Amino acid sequence: MGLFDVFRKKSSSNVAKDRLKLLLVSDRSSCSPEIMELIKNDIINVIAKYMEIDCEGLDIQITQTDGSEGERSGIPALVANIPIKEVKHK
Amino acid sequence: MSEVIVVTSGKGGVGKTTTSANVGTGLAKLDKKVVLIDTDIGLRNLDVVMGLENRIVYNLVDVVEGNCKAKQAMIKDKRYPNLYLLPSAQTRDKSSVTPDQMKKLTDELREEFDYIILDCPAGIEQGFMNAIAGADRALVVTTPEVSAIRDADRIIGLLEANEKKRSDLIVNRLRMDMVKKGDMMSIEDVVDILAINLIGAVPDDENIVIATNNGEPLVGSNNLAGQAYMNICRRIVGEEVPLLDLSGKSGIFSKISGLFKKN
Repeated sequence: MGLFDVFRKKSSSNVAKDRLKLLLVSDRSSCSPEIMELIKNDIINVIAKYMEIDCEGLDIQITQTDGSEGERSGIPALVANIPIKEVKHK
Repeated sequence: MSEVIVVTSGKGGVGKTTTSANVGTGLAKLDKKVVLIDTDIGLRNLDVVMGLENRIVYNLVDVVEGNCKAKQAMIKDKRYPNLYLLPSAQTRDKSSVTPDQMKKLTDELREEFDYIILDCPAGIEQGFMNAIAGADRALVVTTPEVSAIRDADRIIGLLEANEKKRSDLIVNRLRMDMVKKGDMMSIEDVVDILAINLIGAVPDDENIVIATNNGEPLVGSNNLAGQAYMNICRRIVGEEVPLLDLSGKSGIFSKISGLFKKN
């Protein structure tokens, strides 16, 4: 990227590069959608023992760390977003 | 010592056949004895890019099935005394040949040739497995596009899994004007993502279309693509050649050549 790109929106080559990096993380980890689905179901089963979760709203994906909070960027990470409906009381 | 080199990419249409034709011809120009093998059974194309389509008598499947000797099927290129083409079969499919048969054939050809260049079909199925079976090393061809790079990454993984000792990258169809504007990934970007050794970059050059129209590989001719292919050939035989300035200007040149030295 040159100097003038500061005044423009993100260049398309950078968009391509970012998309590719993310894509290759999931490709290389050979996590097919089927396997992701299995992982998701297992996570639901474990967490459901302790709290009631919103299975519809649950989202897991493989991504990369972005380097915030002092961690190294570009490390593959499994990120799960699990909405809790209610914590079970014993 | 002879070498078997497979030219592969995963994705179709990125320039495997053009690269095979030019690398084979270029190595012959460097006085190496070369045979080009088209392993794309059913979709034969290397013969037309080489301009040898009218001289086919026997093909790869005939050789493998024992209908003829390898020598009978190989077409001698009259323009270069050291260059031969073993064409593919057009009316058969990929399952007509097995990886073991291909390995046996390439091992046989090692005795007579310095370089055996295999033009691999697109995809990762049997055609790919056939093509890589006997290969010592690979030239992975990609273009600076998301889809082509993604497929190249998959291919590199499969080559590693099949214990190919060496894979080198060719970035094809570069348009330096677009790279400069930030609308095309640069050589550096592609190498950074795929993390394998770069052996050359070829510009998107209209001379390639003209050369293919005429059935004459342009390697070594006086244009950027011709020079780029020749440089790749010289690197294959072990020479150290700095990366070509594809933009025609000095600023980017130093940047790119610096990148190449690192590898």
